Amino acid sequence: MNIRLKLNGKMISEDIAPDLLLIDFVRKHGCKSVKRGCETANCGLCTVLLNGKPVLSCSVLAARADGQEIFTLEGLQEEASEFISFIANQGADQCGFCNPGFVMNTIALLRENPDPTDDEIKSFLSGNLCRCSGYEGQLRGIRDFLDSRKGGDR
Amino acid sequence: MITIKEYVRAESLEQAYTLNQKKRNRIIGGMLWLKMGKGAIDTAIDLCGLGLDKIEETEDTFVIGAMTTLRSLETHEGLNSYTNGSVKRALENIVGVQFRNLATIGGSLWGRYGFSDVLTFLMSLDCQVELYKGGLVPVEQFASMKHDRDIIVRIIIRKAAGRFGYSDMRIQSTDFPALNCAVSYFDGMWRCAVGARPSRAVLVKDEGRMLPEKPDPEQAETFAKTVAEQVTFGSNMRGSARYRKHLAEVLLSRLFTEIGGNLS
Repeated sequence: MNIRLKLNGKMISEDIAPDLLLIDFVRKHGCKSVKRGCETANCGLCTVLLNGKPVLSCSVLAARADGQEIFTLEGLQEEASEFISFIANQGADQCGFCNPGFVMNTIALLRENPDPTDDEIKSFLSGNLCRCSGYEGQLRGIRDFLDSRKGGDR
Repeated sequence: MITIKEYVRAESLEQAYTLNQKKRNRIIGGMLWLKMGKGAIDTAIDLCGLGLDKIEETEDTFVIGAMTTLRSLETHEGLNSYTNGSVKRALENIVGVQFRNLATIGGSLWGRYGFSDVLTFLMSLDCQVELYKGGLVPVEQFASMKHDRDIIVRIIIRKAAGRFGYSDMRIQSTDFPALNCAVSYFDGMWRCAVGARPSRAVLVKDEGRMLPEKPDPEQAETFAKTVAEQVTFGSNMRGSARYRKHLAEVLLSRLFTEIGGNLS
């Protein structure tokens, strides 16, 4: 079957197998930041934005994305660069495997809620698992970024 | 892993229903649970093009399309205002935002999963499931029906003047619940849905009007024990039947007190 979608701003038309998953489609198109982690729709490693909403690309048929707009971290470098160094400064990048998923979901959070509380950050990012950091580093990094936007009161 | 030979974005419910009569064809909702299974699907039938992803609020109802995501429900102001925030409480710990942006209310209900927070919560409301061929069915009746080849089209919640509450116990915050309870008081009667028993949720109604509208803690505790006695609990890796029964007594008692407005 043929699908036509916009990936990171670029229109793509391609023949695909009906059971091809979106994660495999975007990786085939060079978006290697999108990773396969748990295979149980739990870890958030494969997060992409589908029409602006964060979803697990491991659980979406590429066929369902026909006619839709997809963004991966490859297409959102500039937006991510605003806060990623704050997370790195807290040492929360660690092994790095979960980072793209965390960054994608953080982008979605900040678009939906530009000034979240710590509880709102934790709640929104609860679908992103990290086996290294214990999550506090990511929280501190995002908090530092938010505080810096307000004039650096920390 | 599942395999799919053909994908069809249904153009009408009749087309979807006709395709769905073949045993090897499947309706896909959020595809989260379906994807975890094994087997060959001949035709995956997608309802995503039928405009069933909306919540319509009227003066006396909420009409929720089957393809509405759990995240849309969780963030819907009208629904949360009506249910005293219980919709959000029932859904916010289901895995993560990305998961809830995919999981649909239709898919969650259709499975009648034992662990379902959605089914438990809806059972405490005045709620009906609209099936394409089967018409309107009360959600508690739907919960006990066997799987057939019909299609959930919409969920209809009547805005009964009442109060609502939801509580659950999870070993880890985004895990399946070890037990979940939803309680409501409307039309002069308490209703208690108990799920993750670990089997399908059940509804216990206070038809004898044993519990007053504003129970004191002692009355709440006594009635919670009465309800727990009427529910069958089972054991699995998340808890024993005995533990679940105790949890039910505690969660229900708290909900009766909270909803009754006597929270100390």
